[in-house]
Amino acid sequence: MDRFVFLTVNGVALGAIYASVAIALVIIFRTTRVLNFAQGAMAVASAYGGMAVIEYSGSYWLGFTTALVLGGALGAAARLTVFRSADRQGHLNPIVIGIGLLIVIESALAIAFGPTERHLSTAFSRDLLHLGGTALLSRQDLFTLLAVGVVMSLLAWTLTRTRIGLQMRATAFNPVVARLHGIKVGHILTLGWVIAGVVGALAAMLVVPTGLGLFPQAMDLVFVLGFTSAVIGGLDSLSGAMIGGVATGLALSYASGYLGSELTYVAAFVLLLGVLLLKPAGLFAGTTARSV
Amino acid sequence: MLKGSPDSGLSVSGVTVQFGGLRALEDVTLSVPPRSVVGLVGPNGAGKTTLFNVVSGFVRPSAGQLTWDGHPFHPKPRRLVRQGIARTLQDVGLFPHLTAVENVMLGRTTQRRAGYVSSLLGLPGSARDERESRRISTEGLDRLGVAQHAERQASALPYPVQKRVALARALVTRPRLLLLDEPAGGLGAEDFEPLAELVKSLPGDPDSPCSVLLVEHHMDFVMGVCDQVVVLDFGRLVAAGTPSEIQSDPAVAAAYLGIDPTDIEVDAGTAVTLTEEPA
Amino acid sequence: MLQIKLVRHGLLTLAAAAVVALLVLQSEDVSNFEYIQVAAYVCAAAGLTLLIGVNGQLSLGHAALMAVGAYSAALYLRSGSEDSLASAGDLFVALLVGSVTAAVVGIAVGAVAARLRGPYLAGATLALGACVVGVTTYFDHLLGGDQGLTMPLTEVPAPLSAALTSYQWSALVSLGTALLVLFLLTNLKYSPVGREMAAVRDHEVAAQLCGLSVARVQINTFVVSSAAAGAGGAILGVLYLQIASPGAFTLFLSIYLLAAVVIGGLGSMRGAVIGTVIVLYFGRLIEDRVAHLGLSTAQTDRLAAHLPLAAFGVLLIVVMLAVPGGIQGTLGRIAPRLLQLMETVGGKK
Ligand SMILES: Nc1ncnc2c1ncn2[C@@H]1O[C@H](COP(=O)(O)OP(=O)(O)OP(=O)(O)O)[C@@H](O)[C@H]1O
Ligand SMILES: [Mg+2]
Repeated sequence: MDRFVFLTVNGVALGAIYASVAIALVIIFRTTRVLNFAQGAMAVASAYGGMAVIEYSGSYWLGFTTALVLGGALGAAARLTVFRSADRQGHLNPIVIGIGLLIVIESALAIAFGPTERHLSTAFSRDLLHLGGTALLSRQDLFTLLAVGVVMSLLAWTLTRTRIGLQMRATAFNPVVARLHGIKVGHILTLGWVIAGVVGALAAMLVVPTGLGLFPQAMDLVFVLGFTSAVIGGLDSLSGAMIGGVATGLALSYASGYLGSELTYVAAFVLLLGVLLLKPAGLFAGTTARSV
Repeated sequence: MLKGSPDSGLSVSGVTVQFGGLRALEDVTLSVPPRSVVGLVGPNGAGKTTLFNVVSGFVRPSAGQLTWDGHPFHPKPRRLVRQGIARTLQDVGLFPHLTAVENVMLGRTTQRRAGYVSSLLGLPGSARDERESRRISTEGLDRLGVAQHAERQASALPYPVQKRVALARALVTRPRLLLLDEPAGGLGAEDFEPLAELVKSLPGDPDSPCSVLLVEHHMDFVMGVCDQVVVLDFGRLVAAGTPSEIQSDPAVAAAYLGIDPTDIEVDAGTAVTLTEEPA
Repeated sequence: MLQIKLVRHGLLTLAAAAVVALLVLQSEDVSNFEYIQVAAYVCAAAGLTLLIGVNGQLSLGHAALMAVGAYSAALYLRSGSEDSLASAGDLFVALLVGSVTAAVVGIAVGAVAARLRGPYLAGATLALGACVVGVTTYFDHLLGGDQGLTMPLTEVPAPLSAALTSYQWSALVSLGTALLVLFLLTNLKYSPVGREMAAVRDHEVAAQLCGLSVARVQINTFVVSSAAAGAGGAILGVLYLQIASPGAFTLFLSIYLLAAVVIGGLGSMRGAVIGTVIVLYFGRLIEDRVAHLGLSTAQTDRLAAHLPLAAFGVLLIVVMLAVPGGIQGTLGRIAPRLLQLMETVGGKK
């Protein structure tokens, strides 16, 4: 029973991270129909930036902030350069462009920082706190939940309560009509990429030090899990991505806890396939497009 | 016709289709008797293509039945040609990167088996079948007067030629019922005459007689080739009869011109929406 | 017309085989060793070309299918008595086992893939690629975990052993297999079956209305493509790496293949070959140049290992941006230009 509770708490904390990656993907996908395969690599690049600043200045929080800013900047840069016209091309082109950007970033990082693991510290201690005799979660886990919670709430508030959020929703709903109403669709799309970059960087700063460490491919598997989470939510829905993230986190936590940690990614794959096969458009998708 | 005879044509009865809040078809009943040309007309968004989608199995109606050859009919798109029904698409629907003749050859998919082993090894038998198929398909193009474009890539052809290649592809399946979605759309007036002749000749074709269900906006064309005309408006059948009956029907004028002679009522909620063309 | 094409493929293959045989006999072991790698990549790239270029299905997980080929060939070869050499017969059967096993796995993957489109398919195949490590670790008693499975050495058959070095023999077998794969897939592409694959790529609705089962065509294509990848994986594992280990079949291998296929011009088998050669030799070229920069050993190693990848990334992006009509808009014209570019770069030594 203790084990179950521990795995559940652990799964939710992991799920918060997958949810962030999923949200980064969904923010871009719902407006441009582009799935950014370089999202994970961009996040890792931001984390490297954060690490460099932490090493240089000795301040974790300065590095943390740098990583988020860098993530946003990378998002904008990607959108304004290689993905400039991606939403107007067939669906294969942006995928291949994303893959291209992925290996450019990862190999550039390997050249600049070396291919081996670098140390990135956590914000808080990873020692487990005991609650009523059960080892549950660490301060870092709490921080993860809090940070993701704050970002999600900010995002939800922006989308539902502000003018810019309304414009973002309008653009996602129908870019053509949005443009006719005087919304600067290009700017809104770029803003989406910036937000995605920041959220992705946050995920990297949270997951890298608790996971496999900082190396150029550190986010490849997290990306796959974020994608799985986003697909569970239908690639189109932000709340779906949240729920998908937590579901993925729980499923993987149970799978590695009860079946063995080698099977984590196989479990993710099985989960992804299950969702894709049973409900290809995701569990939260609305209408399907007309084909004939 | 006798019920259950293999020659009793297509009938659609009480078909209703709902897309979310939109009722695209409502209790539509019509039939296409063998060896006849039936026209299906109506303003944009009336539900004509949706009816085709029901008959060809892309859309499942929420109510109503179909019969074909006198049997209850539950269409599946990929089974359609084997059951003797061919359809053209409103947006032409050619395979853009294949040549015109290759497009038509694909219409003969069900008439010969494409074997993997002989294809992988390039055996002579498969080459012989292929020549035969190419010959028949070129004849099919010739019948529509576009054989000279046989070896050109479909996407590079002028629109009217594309339309004819698509029609040729449907005809080489040797259908007993042909569903034509706006065959004259995008054609110039000078192209109407040969097309009309062709459509009129199909039911009496000595080789493979074929009835036609035709969606078309050009009224002269419809009135010239059809034995029966059915009018849809907002998914409802508003009139049916011979071309001359239809031309004098006030309900038809209402549907097309937006004037209702009995009670004029403009309903903003069901305003005609732009039809999304098939991708 | 068609028959001429098929005869031409046959003659071309024979001519190519003669050239390949001469090349192998003339070459040093170092070069022959490289040819084995080229042959392995060509098999997989040809299969991927059929899948992406002809049938319009993207796969970012072909390395996993190559892994299936390598591991199943290893299991077959190791099933014999321990430290014996693998005879020619064993070798051929091993390549066949690799190919067939990958095809069988391809049935399952293809059945799933046929239900997915665009980014969903890309993400799912990416996830498939990520499974290799997990599967090999979980079944480590069978698949050797991180260490992988070593292969028995192959033995040059007796009548040839006087004339051929072991590398020449391996290169002949590999390149011969690659030519066979190219011959079969080219035939397929120009057959009615290939036309059906292209029809499904171009317009699914119209393909259905022609009586095709879109799913069936897509699954069949996936199976054929997997078989080619499996053969490539078996060559890579048995003859080049002489081991089947998870580290050899990563996402990067899938991306190498994708780059080869895209750079070569999608849908053309010749393009797959040219693209593979470009990807492999362009990489070598860069490594060479880096070695002459006069950097420290550590820096040189780092650059040599990663600069080629970065270059392919840039190439992938540039090619995609230069082809606004979409990946299916005929490419084909890119490869010749790139070859020119390489000649100018390479010539300036
Ligand atoms: N798959 C679908 N999902 C949602 N709405 C649909 C779908 N297919 C059709 N509709 C809607 O149903 C209505 C009827 O469309 P349909 O294409 O049948 O009209 P049509 O009579 O063929 O028009 P047109 O003459 O413009 O081709 C339209 O409002 C259309 O937007
Ligand atoms: Mg229509």
